[in-house]
Amino acid sequence: MELFVQQLLDGIVKGSIYALIALGYTMVYGIVELINFAHGDIFMLGSFIALAVLGWFGVAINPQNQAGLVQGGFFPTLIIIVLTLLIAMLLTGIIGVLVERIAYRPLRNAPRLAPLISAIGMSFILQNIGQIWHGPAAVSYPEVFPTGTIHVTSGISVAWKDIFVVVVCVMLMVILQTFVQRTKLGKAMRATAQDYDTSKLMGINVNMTITLTFFIGALLAGAAGLIYGLSIHSMQFTIGAQAGLKAFTAAVLGGIGNIPGAMLGGFLIGIVEAMSDQYISSAWTPVVVFGILILILTLRPSGLLGQQVPERA
Amino acid sequence: MQATTPVNEPLKQQIISQQQGEPMLDVRGIETYYGNIRALAGISLKIFNGEVVTLIGANGAGKTTTLRTISGITPPRRGTITLNGQRIDRVAPEQIVRRGMSHAPEGRRIFSRMSVQENLEMGAFARNDRAAIAEDMERVLTLFPRLRERLQQKGGLLSGGEQQMLAIGRALMSRPKLLLLDEPSMGLSPILIETIFQIVSDINKQGTTILLVEQNALQALSVSHRGYVMQTGQIVLEDTGANLLKSEMVRKAYLGEE
Repeated sequence: MELFVQQLLDGIVKGSIYALIALGYTMVYGIVELINFAHGDIFMLGSFIALAVLGWFGVAINPQNQAGLVQGGFFPTLIIIVLTLLIAMLLTGIIGVLVERIAYRPLRNAPRLAPLISAIGMSFILQNIGQIWHGPAAVSYPEVFPTGTIHVTSGISVAWKDIFVVVVCVMLMVILQTFVQRTKLGKAMRATAQDYDTSKLMGINVNMTITLTFFIGALLAGAAGLIYGLSIHSMQFTIGAQAGLKAFTAAVLGGIGNIPGAMLGGFLIGIVEAMSDQYISSAWTPVVVFGILILILTLRPSGLLGQQVPERA
Repeated sequence: MQATTPVNEPLKQQIISQQQGEPMLDVRGIETYYGNIRALAGISLKIFNGEVVTLIGANGAGKTTTLRTISGITPPRRGTITLNGQRIDRVAPEQIVRRGMSHAPEGRRIFSRMSVQENLEMGAFARNDRAAIAEDMERVLTLFPRLRERLQQKGGLLSGGEQQMLAIGRALMSRPKLLLLDEPSMGLSPILIETIFQIVSDINKQGTTILLVEQNALQALSVSHRGYVMQTGQIVLEDTGANLLKSEMVRKAYLGEE
């Protein structure tokens, strides 16, 4: 039982990162009906950007103990992390906007296969940028949190960094949900996702709203990039494609286009992974995850919370 | 093309006095294409401040395209559109609404996954004057009490008539001087149609100029000062609403009389 609870907690930690990435897939799909296959790679670049920003603040790997804060010192850890989070999010957001401008906007009225192909091309380009930047091998990420764990019971423990991961992810999701539901721009995004022409008649600048959607999706991917690095301590130029596919599965599981669905799907995929690692075999985990993708696509293509595709007449 | 036959006196005087001034909307020779297909073959029409003008015509005559061209959704390839003395034929739709024109499109096009209140808020998207927006929201909800009862419901769950009220209400939320209404009676019961036309007339009396597109020629023309008849992308007849109702051509073609 304790083992199960421990796996559940680990799954939630992993799942919250998938959820953040899945939001970018689902928001973009909701508004332009395009699977942004470059999104996982935006997440990967976001992680590299965050690593660079940590470096600016003097947080780098200490070769002796792999801990990160040795050269930092004059800023308290938390402030550095929050600043890094914000800067990395912003820079990654700009990458998302550029991707939209370069690869998707010129194809806005092209047949649907065209932007799909340019998305895949963009994915390769971003991966190559990652590879040129940091080389083909995995890059270590500094350890910035206290390494001890909190023992809930003798068999269940939670690491400090896990608490950070979940708290930041949940906070970002709450902020996103509030933005989309309550603010004027958030409502404009929902309106645009339903009907371009009518949104224009309301006075909404549809192109700008689409850009905003890509920006927010990439912001979240940037946050996920830092969080992933601080949690797993390693990033490689290929991780984006792998994590991206799992996050995409999460988005489809929850119902592509559906924001709460992506959050739910992310947590579920994280939990399924943790359980599969424990009770089946980590070698089989990708089979389990993508098996789920195939099952949803055949049995319930609208996902758990229902599809929210635009109803354009 | 001017009114030639006598109409009932007050309406006629009103029209004459209005037509001496500058038109609020002046459309000249617009041609609109879908790909290589010409949908509008040179449409010209004028709308004066305070009028209700109806565009009637058969399916496919180009009525909806005319409205979509005026509001900027399908810009014209040739011709000019002037609103209050300013050219708008190369202006984006999201800017045109800021110049005082609002368009309730064909088929209502409610944001079905958003609540009634959010739909109305979207209608006021171009504005930032919170207090005045709240006033207009109140005005719309007074005009359509049914919407007040359903304020928090999703737009997609409303009945056809309620959706039409929402579409008109939403279009009013930008506080337009000129309101374009495309087929407000489509798919509604006869009693609701009566209500809708009554409301159209009320909105006009409160000071909004209206350009109406309708299949339902009888009722539309009876609330209109003037009307235009369209056929295959062209305007073939223009007269006062009362005269068009009497015209043999209109009676045969659109009122089903022999």
